[in-house]
Amino acid sequence: MRRTLRFIFRGQTVERDGFDPSLTLLEWLREEQRATGTKEGCNEGDCGACTVVLARLREGRLRYEPVNACILLLGQIDGAEVLTVEDLSAGGTLHPIQQAMIAHHGSQCGFCTPGIVMSLFAAYHEAERPLTRAAFDDILSGNLCRCTGYRPIADAALAALHGPAADAFANDAELRRMRLEVLREGSDLFIGHEARFFAAPASIETMANLALCHPDATLLAGGTDIGLWITKKLQELGKIIWLGRVKGLDRIEESDALLTFGATVTHERALPALASLDPDLGRLMRRFGSRQVRASGTLGGNIANGSPIGDLAPALIALGASVEMRKGGLTRTMPLENFFLAYGRQAREPGEVVTALHIPKPKPGMAFRAFKISKRFDEDISAVMGAFHFRLEDGRIAEARLAYGGMAGTPARARATEQALEGVSLSDTHGWATALAHLEADFQPISDMRASAGYRAKVARAVLGKALLEIAGAAAETRIHPRGEAAHAG
Amino acid sequence: MQAEPETLAVVHDSLPHDSARLHVTGNATYIDDIPEPAGTLHIALGLSPRARGRLVTLDLSEVEASEGVVRVITGHDAPGRNDTSPHLGDEPMLATEEIAFHGQAVFAVVATSRKAARIAARLARMEILAENPAVSVEDARQEGGRVLPDYAWENPRVADAMNASPMRLSGQIEIGGQEHFYLEGQAALALPGEGEEMLVHSSTQHPSEVQHIVARVLGVADHNITIECRRMGGGFGGKESQASQFAGIAALAARLTGRPCKLRLDRDDDFVLTGKRHDFLTRYDVGFDAEGHIQAIDLQLDARCGYSADLTIGVVDRAMFHSDNAYFLPEAQIASRRLKTNTVSNTAFRGFGGPQGMLGIEAVMDAIAHRLGRDPLDIRKANFYRPGRDVTPYGMTVFDIETLLPLVERLEESSDYWARRQEIAHFNAHSPILKKGLALTPVKFGISFTLKHLNQAGALVHVYSDGSVMLNHGGTEMGQGLYVKVAQVVADVFGIGLERVKITATNTAKVPNTGPTAASSGSDLNGMAAKIAAQTIRDRMAAEAARRFGCSAGDIAFSGGFARGNGQEIAFGALAKACVLERIALSSTGYYSTPGITWDRNTKTGRPFFYFAYGAACSEVIIDTMTGEMKLSRADILHDCGRSLNPAIDVGQIEGGFVQGLGWLTTEELVFDAEGRLRTHAPSTYKIPVASDVPADLRVSLWQEPNREDAIHRSKAVGEPPVMLAISVFSAIADAVHSLLPGKPVSLRAPATPEAILDACDAQKGLA
Repeated sequence: MRRTLRFIFRGQTVERDGFDPSLTLLEWLREEQRATGTKEGCNEGDCGACTVVLARLREGRLRYEPVNACILLLGQIDGAEVLTVEDLSAGGTLHPIQQAMIAHHGSQCGFCTPGIVMSLFAAYHEAERPLTRAAFDDILSGNLCRCTGYRPIADAALAALHGPAADAFANDAELRRMRLEVLREGSDLFIGHEARFFAAPASIETMANLALCHPDATLLAGGTDIGLWITKKLQELGKIIWLGRVKGLDRIEESDALLTFGATVTHERALPALASLDPDLGRLMRRFGSRQVRASGTLGGNIANGSPIGDLAPALIALGASVEMRKGGLTRTMPLENFFLAYGRQAREPGEVVTALHIPKPKPGMAFRAFKISKRFDEDISAVMGAFHFRLEDGRIAEARLAYGGMAGTPARARATEQALEGVSLSDTHGWATALAHLEADFQPISDMRASAGYRAKVARAVLGKALLEIAGAAAETRIHPRGEAAHAG
Repeated sequence: MQAEPETLAVVHDSLPHDSARLHVTGNATYIDDIPEPAGTLHIALGLSPRARGRLVTLDLSEVEASEGVVRVITGHDAPGRNDTSPHLGDEPMLATEEIAFHGQAVFAVVATSRKAARIAARLARMEILAENPAVSVEDARQEGGRVLPDYAWENPRVADAMNASPMRLSGQIEIGGQEHFYLEGQAALALPGEGEEMLVHSSTQHPSEVQHIVARVLGVADHNITIECRRMGGGFGGKESQASQFAGIAALAARLTGRPCKLRLDRDDDFVLTGKRHDFLTRYDVGFDAEGHIQAIDLQLDARCGYSADLTIGVVDRAMFHSDNAYFLPEAQIASRRLKTNTVSNTAFRGFGGPQGMLGIEAVMDAIAHRLGRDPLDIRKANFYRPGRDVTPYGMTVFDIETLLPLVERLEESSDYWARRQEIAHFNAHSPILKKGLALTPVKFGISFTLKHLNQAGALVHVYSDGSVMLNHGGTEMGQGLYVKVAQVVADVFGIGLERVKITATNTAKVPNTGPTAASSGSDLNGMAAKIAAQTIRDRMAAEAARRFGCSAGDIAFSGGFARGNGQEIAFGALAKACVLERIALSSTGYYSTPGITWDRNTKTGRPFFYFAYGAACSEVIIDTMTGEMKLSRADILHDCGRSLNPAIDVGQIEGGFVQGLGWLTTEELVFDAEGRLRTHAPSTYKIPVASDVPADLRVSLWQEPNREDAIHRSKAVGEPPVMLAISVFSAIADAVHSLLPGKPVSLRAPATPEAILDACDAQKGLA
């Protein structure tokens, strides 16, 4: 067992033991290292001013991932190299991204700039060439700028990302890869003592035992929600079990009928596989949080967290997904829709860990649609999320699975409406209208800061109506962003 | 216009922001980045859990006992006055008895770490005798509370003119507020000096006022207090009056503990504790003829001001001043009420009431056009100020009106307005669910503070014996590029390169008694003051050069780093050295006050504005009439900067302002619940524009005709006017909604969130 945290910072391997398990990377950078180039804007992972880049080995390849340092715990950078804005102009030569930002007048007050530079730096090494404006919008979806209106930043990015990466990092890639390789090892990490620790088990068995022995411990995956318990609710998390090092928990497996995601697969990694199932799923994932959130946040965490507004759950429920959990030596699987018991309550028992999601692939003759309605198109939480899965036979709806988010205390199916739609012909618009009225029986949504109950009810009906129109082959354009429109060029 | 006397090598050039390199490398220093002296303490604030009532018990024992706590401060601890209001004494720094809004600061915790302070701040036990809060404009109208007396420009002829009008319309528009969301939250670092001295690093647009208020809180003379601000991470009006409270608390904590103290608000606290753009409910009654010419209008502006006056007097006055926008209103009556609510006190926000005033009259233009079945652009142009129809409702003649029509016509052409109008009509006819909308709206924005005494500025320039120049002025840098613009002016006075001019942090010990950097006036005022200071020194240097060259001082020219005359030349640095040896003073202050402005609020007469800045935008949107979703697909902008001091910086202001206005009118929604709690208090719930909200097809051009008035190098102010270009987006949305049932005026509220758009669609279809 390893008792110290190890990561690379400013080219040196750093070893740390005995730190506050709740210490964030941003606190460590700004307060302990006095590396003040990285800013705190919101302290909740929404503005991106604290964006830093983690260089990690993924499938043996060196990858640059932008993350929000404000809600990432220091322990989560184990095995990675942390790159901050100060690293980019080491030796006094500006990075091509920095040069382009100056040349295109991409900064005004400058406070968001280091985070934007880091998001673009990650893209400089990861994004397809030539960069498109749509891809830029996605790359910058997690960086708020209040001064420029983004156009000069887009111009800077489009100018800097036209050829292959040719910076000091591209030159040193092999050295960086080897340095990270040296840090790689498969033993369990445990820092602290029985009553207060940051643990990062390496195997499923250790993880399961640890969780069983410490049912009061916080299970941490990406931390994009748990981070806020620390920074906003000021919770003292004494025991943390981080799942990010568990071997096998980050697997993506595909068979003829099934897609399986290990619980720690990040949204960003899951995106291409989900997009291949249906373009609406791809669009949904592309609008899931921001680049930074998708780089950290995991599918398992999103489900285990049980948010009533999480966008993933309705889509997966509509697809008939199931969730796999492990407690001690026992593994069980249940339909995802049964996992959500009530607001804030899930079927996961103390000491039990979500380990995987199994998603059946849509079969021929089935049609899937998903709609996310939010105040802002990108990086917003849904007012209403609707995901619909239909089995069609002879121009009729043989079966409908309709799942909604934002309409109840949990992601939930519209069972009365599902029944009412069964057997309805795709050409029978009157029959649809009758069936859609059942949504009133299915849901009694609430009013909050995102939308009123009345709006939610109207939109729940509208998006289902659109799905039916589309599947029935209506000529009218139903969406501002057409289904299947290229949205992601990552 | 007179010819420019100087050769300008640097002014009018698109130079990068002076801090650009520091920004992109992370080396630009904000308050929280300043190295903390040993022993620095950190402050967090304890906030009221209720919106209105009397504080009967404040038990701080658990707070005091919490780990790391050094001291807990209440309003009673101020040796001076526990008040951080700009003028009226109506804003307690820390509430002691009356609770006026949810989240009001009640006490301050000073602790060894920020985390310790934040944890302790939540441990207080407050007993509040709560009352029902007045939250909305409607609540306030019913209760009748005011932060300031009602104010109107009455017009006894309006009723007759209205009755004589062939057609009449009345209606109302709800206009939401807006959170500044400067990326750097409010912050102050106070360093106690000897005796009564205190240095406060404050993220503020108004160092002089912060100085004065800190002195008031500490009960000492102003000369003991120094405020310094190198840069803000965004201001937008949110740090004009709002920084004082936090600087005051930090200074008080430093005085009481004798140690450096820092207060940096967490984002959620910043949302709750600081003022926002005023919400308005504007009602209109308008009479017009069959061609859409307005004959009479009666406007009632009701503003939600929050619990105190703050800067409301100027904000709501400016809304009134812009209730005409670009239109001649032959008989107008404009009245306002400044309503008191149990919400945070609303404050300055880029445009300072102008946007709210302008949105009202633009909604009227759309309503008239819809009623008449005419294109809104035709109705707008028909009502433009023009010679003979050029007197505003406040009696000022729009003397520079010749800019407006040609500017709008050029944009009409370059944006291809009429062809696109046809295409959109065709699209809408064939698209039952998605509808497109198009609008071209003008902006006319008055430049000058309407409070006359604020229109002054000072600068301080030193030339050192090596010829390098130090520049300081009362203006503050919040990203708008003020520092580089003023440095460009000074570099050209001396004929030297920009790199020879060092811009130093705004500091009350260098330039005293300054106004806020606000009202778009930063470069107008400070550019002039700095130019005057630099010219004073240059004249002395010219005299010395003339003595050496044997010519008159008037024959000496400064350019390219040399002073030349009579066929001879001397390097600027060598001349500076020579001046020092000849005992010639190379330091000077400069002072400027805007000429010609005479507005008297009491008599409601005089000229409030030095000049107007113009602009126009054409926006195209597509909306989804089933969900209310909206996308801005293209925007064309033509904006008047006079002869721009720095076109790249000005384009940045235009685009940034437009996008900020876009957020105000579309996605940025402030939601207070019935208990007065702000429910949108972080970026997770309050949505400012992101990159994908800005159309890839954004075409921005400058209208570069020289300013008719003698503003600095014939430029025009540019900070605020572009915000109002975004009204074109709102109007385009209304246009799209209108297509559902032509002929019926649209009922759309701001912000036009998807829900607001869907409501408007349903109302248009007669469903709601």
